[in-house]
Amino acid sequence: MSTLLEVSGVSVSFDGFRAINNLTFQIGAAEMRAVIGPNGAGKTTFMDIITGKTKPDSGSVLWGEKSVSLLSMSESRIAQEGIGRKFQRPTVFEDQSVADNLMLALKKSRSPFAVLRFRPSSEDHDKVAELADRIGLSAALHRKSGELSHGQKQWLEIGMLLAQDPRLLLVDEPAAGMTPAEREHTTELLVEAAKTRAVVVVEHDMEFVRRLDCKVTVLHEGSVLAEGSLDHVTANEQVIEVYLGR
Amino acid sequence: MADIALTPPRRPFVARYPSVIIFIGLLALFTIGVTVLSEGFGIGVISTSFVKTLGKTLCLCLVALAMDLVWGYCGILSLGHMAFFGIGGYAIGMWLMYARTEIIVRDSLAAAPLPPTPQEISDGIAGQIFGVVGASEFPPIWAVAHSLPLQLAAVVLVPGLIALVFGWLAFRSRVTGVYLSILTQAMTLALALYLFQNDSGLRGNNGLSGLQNLPGLGHVPQSTLSVIFLWASALALGLGYLLCAWVVSGKFGSVIRAIRDDEARVRFLGYSVEAYKLFIFTFTAILAGIAGALYYPQAGIINPAELAPIASIYLAVWVAIGGRGRLYGAVIGAAFVSLLSTWFTGGQAPDINLGVYTVQWVDWWTILLGLSFVAVTLFAPRGIGGLFDLISDRRSPDRHGADLGPGTGALQEKEAEK
Repeated sequence: MSTLLEVSGVSVSFDGFRAINNLTFQIGAAEMRAVIGPNGAGKTTFMDIITGKTKPDSGSVLWGEKSVSLLSMSESRIAQEGIGRKFQRPTVFEDQSVADNLMLALKKSRSPFAVLRFRPSSEDHDKVAELADRIGLSAALHRKSGELSHGQKQWLEIGMLLAQDPRLLLVDEPAAGMTPAEREHTTELLVEAAKTRAVVVVEHDMEFVRRLDCKVTVLHEGSVLAEGSLDHVTANEQVIEVYLGR
Repeated sequence: MADIALTPPRRPFVARYPSVIIFIGLLALFTIGVTVLSEGFGIGVISTSFVKTLGKTLCLCLVALAMDLVWGYCGILSLGHMAFFGIGGYAIGMWLMYARTEIIVRDSLAAAPLPPTPQEISDGIAGQIFGVVGASEFPPIWAVAHSLPLQLAAVVLVPGLIALVFGWLAFRSRVTGVYLSILTQAMTLALALYLFQNDSGLRGNNGLSGLQNLPGLGHVPQSTLSVIFLWASALALGLGYLLCAWVVSGKFGSVIRAIRDDEARVRFLGYSVEAYKLFIFTFTAILAGIAGALYYPQAGIINPAELAPIASIYLAVWVAIGGRGRLYGAVIGAAFVSLLSTWFTGGQAPDINLGVYTVQWVDWWTILLGLSFVAVTLFAPRGIGGLFDLISDRRSPDRHGADLGPGTGALQEKEAEK
């Protein structure tokens, strides 16, 4: 299995606090990975580094077959390379319709002049319709996304991620605030996506992680504490001590 | 679920945006109406000075349109767009003053026994123009003032380039929100203070004057010229409106509204937020420059006070009162507030005698304006334009029989209608 993303020896500190400490992480081209860890373990900072929001003090982040470094790229450039990110709190453009949100995310040229001339073809409308169908929002296509329920917004954001057609999806707590039925659907969406691309899910909820049925990386104090199947890591003494608690 | 029409049929641009065709229609009616009532071409009900006021108002509507695009749609509260407006006015004013003075100088030298040399003519013009600031030579920025095409190019290029460089520096450093507003205001203030100096080369606080007299058209009465400028302003406003509507209607409009609402998220979608902001900032600066170039020949005079930050703040107030985020809102706000301001400050509004104190509107108008701005911000954030929502089709959305609330337990449409 080829490596899609390779993070090695990355450290970053904020005002003397080491948020990420010599972190090393790898993921393949079509793989699902769950990242768990207690609050303050550096999960969000880890995503910030990959997506270019935070620049690390040391270490390297290499991407793709050609192993290009992501560290010198801007956020938008990294997104164009094929890294999509879903935030913890659903962030969709509430003032615009579901269709507009999906159209915005659809993989097309991002340059202002190309966008100015862009008029959606029937093929683009079909793609948007198909995505809406996958995330269960067909009936809400022309509603303003601000009117959607919390769970629907989460799905819309996942739909926008899929519309970008990224090679790597970074998903922060996708199941937060969802009903059991909604969780089920979210799991399906993510498992389906991981068949063709890499998916990293940051999650607190052990039950949800169990359902994803994938390799788990446990973060603690900014570095990897354990890695392996869920059963393997939950049997680890250190993991029990710092995370599962007593 | 999927049986609802998912691909909206392609309709012509004007059918999807009926407000555009209504606006253009009303603008045409207005222009024809004023022409018929004018002294120059019609029955003379409207005085020439009022025709000029109306023509100037159309230019203010155009710059308000630019402000709405940059603030209402893209979320950049620029307090510098009236500076671009002023620069456009200066650019055209330089040619107007040069060319008219040249005619006067040539006429006066024609009586001399020897035909004047080009140097004598040039010195004569410089002496006439810069006598008031104690200079008699052309400063370098007047190098192309003799050429109408080049000064017209400057109307577009100078505001565009200043906006491009300023915007590039500001947006690249990710300056946003109130800090960006302060920066734009500082730019405006610096520009105004520079122009106030006598050695700025633009006649200091005297500014440029006599701009209402078009060179070579001295025999055409102002009553005719005023109507021609009204037409030109209406044409510019109409074309500007169409252009802005086209820019905001498609995916580009979707991107800039998304930037206004959450720019970090737009970045993670792969859009270079800085490039979009720079595009809009520069485009609207050019629009403002064109509006200024049409305004000042009607006003007759431009001086550095016109570029002061307060002018740009007024512009923001117009757009807020008219309703930002909709193009016609900006136009309504600019027309309504600036005409009302002319009425109040022109001494036409009757004073109110309260017995112990007489409210004189010339002094109290700014307070009234300030209070209305606060009231609109607090109680009617959609502005005057929001009134159209009451009659237009912006009613609550058609939910196609879906649940009305977020959860599955919410009230259903068929229950609610009982």
